[in-house]
Amino acid sequence: MNQIPALIRVFSYLSLLTVGGGMAAFPEMKILTVDVHQWLTFPQLIHLYSVGQMAPGPNMMMIVSIGQWAGGTLGAIAVLVAFFGPTAILAFVVAKGWRKLEKWPWRTSIQRGLAPVSIGLLLAGCFSMAKGAVTGTETAGIAVAVLMILMRYKINPALLVIASAIVGLFTFMPK
Amino acid sequence: MSEKAAKPVLQTTAGAPTAPAEVSVFQIFLEFLIMGATSFGGVVPYLRNSLVTKRHWIDDKEFVEMLSISQSLPGLNATNMAVLVGEKLRGAMGAIAGLIGMCLPGGLLMFVVGIFYHHHGDHAFITAALKGVAAAAVGLILSTVVSLSKKSLSSNFDFVFMAITVIAVNRLHLGVPRTLIGVGILAILFHYPRKGQKAEVAP
Repeated sequence: MNQIPALIRVFSYLSLLTVGGGMAAFPEMKILTVDVHQWLTFPQLIHLYSVGQMAPGPNMMMIVSIGQWAGGTLGAIAVLVAFFGPTAILAFVVAKGWRKLEKWPWRTSIQRGLAPVSIGLLLAGCFSMAKGAVTGTETAGIAVAVLMILMRYKINPALLVIASAIVGLFTFMPK
Repeated sequence: MSEKAAKPVLQTTAGAPTAPAEVSVFQIFLEFLIMGATSFGGVVPYLRNSLVTKRHWIDDKEFVEMLSISQSLPGLNATNMAVLVGEKLRGAMGAIAGLIGMCLPGGLLMFVVGIFYHHHGDHAFITAALKGVAAAAVGLILSTVVSLSKKSLSSNFDFVFMAITVIAVNRLHLGVPRTLIGVGILAILFHYPRKGQKAEVAP
């Protein structure tokens, strides 16, 4: 069955929800890609998202993998264009006007008002991911350790992700 | 690249420190391609280092300004910044060059990783390692939440708006769009422009 139109529809919609970061769209992404279209399972979605944190560039490149699974190479390209096209056009159009509004007092109101909402969406995305990713004492320990280390030390997060993979390998490998 | 047309000099402000002489579309593509391939662990520091410190394509004030626009708009910081900087340097072509350069390396990598994971993802050692990686990702997002809250939340009410957002999405299952619009409008109205308050650039 041709999944390309559905891929384009879903990812251009998700694209518009990524206010403040890709994670803001995660709850909706879970519903659409896992529950509605069943392109992948929830553990697979979590795995792809997490692996994507080790890749350079925009941190939502895992969407390419979903596109590839559901629709091959064409699916991957379709997802890429659908996910980055709409917001790129919006940024392009808004950037010019937004700069002219430097003196408009509501501009500050909008930025200040959207800040807590976008952080809230990030946290909501984090919680819905944690439901699948933090399943016991060991995984909770890894999550807390990563948080504490990042709060205290200036260290590249990608290194911590790799370290956690090694910890995972030793902790969760069936004996 | 000899298509540089002889262009009449309109302004005499030759000494402007941050005005790049002439940045070609290919240069923009190349610079963002390098960032797209090397920015492990978050794009923002790499953007600043490359665009402000190394290339002087934009100054620090512009960088902060563009980043705050990127954060208020839907879209990822990495790609929104590519569009904004590309647009500033060479218009629409510059924006497209920046965007493609930024997305190409990570996109190709995840294309290959996706295929590999699809075929070998159920091996016991890969599942074990990914369990650790997923837990780390949760910690990583939480640290972003904490540092963003420190930086951009100005009043205690902001934490209330944040909490309402989380409850609306995770408990009431209102969906991201309705939550974003509903709580967003409330929060913007709460921060209505007060008398004597000046428009500010950084959040």
